Amino acid sequence: MEMSKKGSRLSKGLIYFLLTVWAVVVLFPFYWMILTSLKDFRVYNTEYIPRFFTANPTLQNYSDAFTSVPLGRYLLNTVIFTAATTGLMMVVIVPAAYAFARLEFKGRNLVFALFLSLMMIPAELVIITNYVTIVNWNMRNTYLGMILPSVTSIFYIYLLKENFEAIPDELYSAAKVDGTSDLKYLLKVMVPISQPTIVTIVILKVIECWNSYVWPRLITYDPNYFLVSNGIQEIRENGFGKENIPAMMAAVVVISIPLIVLFLFFRKKIMAGVSRGGTKG
Amino acid sequence: MKVVLDHLTKRFPARSKKDHDVIAVNDFNFEIPDGKLIGLLGPSGCGKSTTLNLISGLEKPTSGKIYFGEEDVTDLPPEERGVGLVFQNYALYPHLTVEQNIIFPLQNLKGEQKMTREAMHSKAMEVARLVQIDQLMERKPKELSGGQQQRVAIARALVKIPRVLLLDEPLSNLDARLRLLTREELRRIQRETGVTTIFVTHDQEEAMSISDQIVVMKDGILQQIGKPQQVYDDPVNLFVAQFLGTPQINVFEGRIQAGKVWIGEEAVLDAEGKQDGDVWAAIRPEGFIPDPQGVLTCSMDRVEVMGRDISIVSTHEKMTGRNIRSIIGAEYMPKDSSGTIRFNLKKNKVHLFDRKSEERIK
Amino acid sequence: MKKNLKAWLYLLPAILFLGVFMVYPLVDVCVYSLEENYNFARQSFTGVGLGNFHHVLSDPYFVQALKNTFLIVIITVPLSTGLSLLIALGLSSIKPLKNLYQTVFFLPYVTNTLAVGLVFMILFKNTEYSQAMVNLLITRLGGTGVDFIEGPYWAKMFVMCFYTIWVVMPFKILILTSALASVNQDYYKAARVDGASSGRIFWKITLPMISPTVFYLIITGFIGAFKAYSDEVALFGTNLNAAGMNTIVGYVYDMLYGDSGGFPGYAAAAALILFAIVFTITYINLTMSRNKVQYM
Repeated sequence: MEMSKKGSRLSKGLIYFLLTVWAVVVLFPFYWMILTSLKDFRVYNTEYIPRFFTANPTLQNYSDAFTSVPLGRYLLNTVIFTAATTGLMMVVIVPAAYAFARLEFKGRNLVFALFLSLMMIPAELVIITNYVTIVNWNMRNTYLGMILPSVTSIFYIYLLKENFEAIPDELYSAAKVDGTSDLKYLLKVMVPISQPTIVTIVILKVIECWNSYVWPRLITYDPNYFLVSNGIQEIRENGFGKENIPAMMAAVVVISIPLIVLFLFFRKKIMAGVSRGGTKG
Repeated sequence: MKVVLDHLTKRFPARSKKDHDVIAVNDFNFEIPDGKLIGLLGPSGCGKSTTLNLISGLEKPTSGKIYFGEEDVTDLPPEERGVGLVFQNYALYPHLTVEQNIIFPLQNLKGEQKMTREAMHSKAMEVARLVQIDQLMERKPKELSGGQQQRVAIARALVKIPRVLLLDEPLSNLDARLRLLTREELRRIQRETGVTTIFVTHDQEEAMSISDQIVVMKDGILQQIGKPQQVYDDPVNLFVAQFLGTPQINVFEGRIQAGKVWIGEEAVLDAEGKQDGDVWAAIRPEGFIPDPQGVLTCSMDRVEVMGRDISIVSTHEKMTGRNIRSIIGAEYMPKDSSGTIRFNLKKNKVHLFDRKSEERIK
Repeated sequence: MKKNLKAWLYLLPAILFLGVFMVYPLVDVCVYSLEENYNFARQSFTGVGLGNFHHVLSDPYFVQALKNTFLIVIITVPLSTGLSLLIALGLSSIKPLKNLYQTVFFLPYVTNTLAVGLVFMILFKNTEYSQAMVNLLITRLGGTGVDFIEGPYWAKMFVMCFYTIWVVMPFKILILTSALASVNQDYYKAARVDGASSGRIFWKITLPMISPTVFYLIITGFIGAFKAYSDEVALFGTNLNAAGMNTIVGYVYDMLYGDSGGFPGYAAAAALILFAIVFTITYINLTMSRNKVQYM
């Protein structure tokens, strides 16, 4: 790889150029949505050829987004849904991971293998029956109906189990000798030690919940129970009048901000968590 | 609290059908007197850690009984036995501070034993002072040195005033200098608290230096119990003789014939009243006295100077190890470090063992 | 025995939820797919057989969905994987600003795809009184604009694939960048000492070393692309059949719910067909990767 200094500088320049092109492709939609959300509705409509900046930014669209459509309601629903689903999921997966990692019982390996094989089942296949189940339980347009099918994740059980197993056996023996019950050991020792992984799981689940669309859409038709994804779809098709694009963009910005803020705060954690095996949604 | 092991046996089932069951502890009988420091000693895999786990209750014996004092604790779970256990790698809770680690066992107490927060705190301070870590109470384990972690582990084991204190290879994770210091410490702490203490080690020097009694094990079978010096001076079999003492005891192929012990063509000792036959003649390094008219002739290899003493390394056609090591006072320094050297032997430093059974011939 | 009981107690919630929402539905979906003319209201059916599959396979909407889905898969999987590899290589060969670029590239992962889809729609859509941003660019470059959202099929497919790639890139870039970072630097040093060109280093060292990751991304990429749905809704609205842009998963949901819904039998049959396709493709992928991947 003998390269002249000039040649290497040239190729470095090319690399930066390519990366910048992609960065523009990634960032441009965000720029455009913020820009449009700040444009005055009338000004926007007079621009047959859209402008790349606006002289008189206005926050009017944001107040429209909260007043003429129930955006606040959608946000609140999503927060409730996200918090409840994530919380319940932790209650389900932490004990399960603990049982697989630490407790000895007959058939442990068999049950674990069965769990893993269920990981291959796509959600699309089981959603049909789940839909029927929730309808039969009269749980359409309820939070429970939205939450229940997504409170278990085999993948997260697996991730947590691996983490729990990495905690040395001696700690468990020490706790036993000190008179600690299994439950107390789990809550006071294992969970605090595994905190980084648990935080990662919580963040990934929050992202998943915030963006979930298909299932909530299937079982809610009452806009009072819409999450932001359904809400945005509803706004697009029925809200504002079809052409008030600046207000729509304001809503899009409002919906996007919580996750982007979360991401900027936990950037390293989220990226590490995803590269350990997270997938989209 | 004295500890009694009564026909204690632990058998681990075979991993596969081809394997045999492993008998980690085979029919143990012994009594550990109250308030003593006992060293459980043996090569790795001899079952000493299993013995410790049986006493702590982490493992259940296949058969046999364990008594603390007069109480049968065989079927008690570990949390009800009231033992303190210190692990080889200390097993400190990494997310808790030193103080929280020490208090942890106290928080598990139930019923009448339940303590107030202040009582726990003062109790923790008390043991922390005992092991001299009271300045470190707010630190996390990873901010401590190995020796400090060790002390925290001991404090945690002592805080609930255990009936028996168990230590699993307590010094093996420390560097050589710290090991010396810590073993003195261990002795002091044990004396001050008076808790019956059992510790496991593979390091015979460590066991000999601080134990009131040592228990030598091999392959799950108890070999010998006694005061360190007594076991050293009076080993029951070749294994114990070889296991204790550094440098190792020198073992020769010998025989008893006509009331004499012979090594090669030389009669080295009187053996009156002993039956003729092949034996192992084992001579401690300090049992050699250089003497031009000596009874045992060896070829000199080299002399190693150690200051106060010197070590003469030599060979003999009937020896079993790689060479013969003798430790003698520096005043015996030979002029020449090659050729032959002759020794006289100290009688109480020579032990004879049956060639087949390897049992001591008395 | 007591120990056993306790362990099962810890597992109980997970087993319960998985049983109700995963295992039972798995069996049930097969039953549904075989019950012909299932009536939701009366919960009755007229017969047992392959009628549902027959109906689905001869439904022009399903055929259209099948075609769309395959197109999306064939276009987006290789393109996004290749592009991600290129970007990851670029990222791993720079030092200044690397973190900034990485953060920017990951941004789409944490955005609501339906919300950002709306932005894409606006960027690509012509209306009577405004021109799409993208068309502005095209006319600037001397081409003629086209309505990407309600115009010709190829244009819609283009936006579709473009958006899909935009959405899946962050994950792939991240995974490939960490794979590249984990290649032992000594190999590069050794190759350089041996005088290998940078192209040779890439083909002979880098690529073989990260080939397990590449295959992992291809396999999960195929699976993900076959399940395309919400990105389509984001761009073209919920009535995908009208836009001619439906996908298999979209078809399943339409059969279940919505204006044409109420046919769980058809939905189940379509879902099973999808599963069979995904399973076959994954199987082929795995067999190929076993032959090709040199370093596992």
